[in-house]
Amino acid sequence: MALSIATRQLDSVTILDLSGKITLGEGSVQLRDAIRDLISKGSKSILLNLGDVNYIDSSGLGELVSAFTTAKNQGADVKLLNLTKKVKDVLQVTKLYTVFDIYDEESTAIASFK
Amino acid sequence: MSFKLASTMESVAEIEAAAEKLTQEAGMDEDESFRVVMAAREAAVNAVLHGNNYDPNKQVTASFENNGKSLVITITDQGEGLDPDTLPDPLAPENLLRGTGRGIFLIRSFMDEVHFRQLHPGTELTLIKHLSQAETKDEKQDSDTK
Repeated sequence: MALSIATRQLDSVTILDLSGKITLGEGSVQLRDAIRDLISKGSKSILLNLGDVNYIDSSGLGELVSAFTTAKNQGADVKLLNLTKKVKDVLQVTKLYTVFDIYDEESTAIASFK
Repeated sequence: MSFKLASTMESVAEIEAAAEKLTQEAGMDEDESFRVVMAAREAAVNAVLHGNNYDPNKQVTASFENNGKSLVITITDQGEGLDPDTLPDPLAPENLLRGTGRGIFLIRSFMDEVHFRQLHPGTELTLIKHLSQAETKDEKQDSDTK
């Protein structure tokens, strides 16, 4: 299953609802392109809803990190929402859990951008 | 079970599927299975992309074994070789925000043993996951009933 991305706006936050896998050859490029597009159009607050993402490989992790650093360099923020257990495990093992702001509730995540 | 595959992402998917089958037949729980399958995928991607560079003239060999005590997955490529000791530590502060370099680390984190062998040319990566008592007991019951 490739990655599907649905975009919605809440207040000034752009939420990407992701579903599927973020892996080399499948979702990682889609994710990169989607985030770069948002940043190029001036989005400063991006929330990645990973509630339906149950598989991420090292390439997918790399894209998350690249999104984070690209956003920071452009004065924007990328935060994560609703990590599944498997994605959380991988982020914890790689210590990337300490890099991102991660939320379990959307309202709290939205408020954090203010 | 073992097979030779082309250096493509389709081969990575085949290796993933074979690893998943191996873990399911061993009666592994979902979390452990996920870790083994992920490690196998990372090894396969390393072989296809970093080892063989998607070269259609180079093959990846994959083998899968349950020896009753461990699951053993071996993946080889025909590339220039890899010295795992030269890989940067992805957990080091200066590397944490790098976009690459986590594949081997994930393999080592998720498997109980990881062995590299230089084939000149190529690299052989052996991934070993020790089975729990319940998983080895299932294996024994299966063989007792045959």
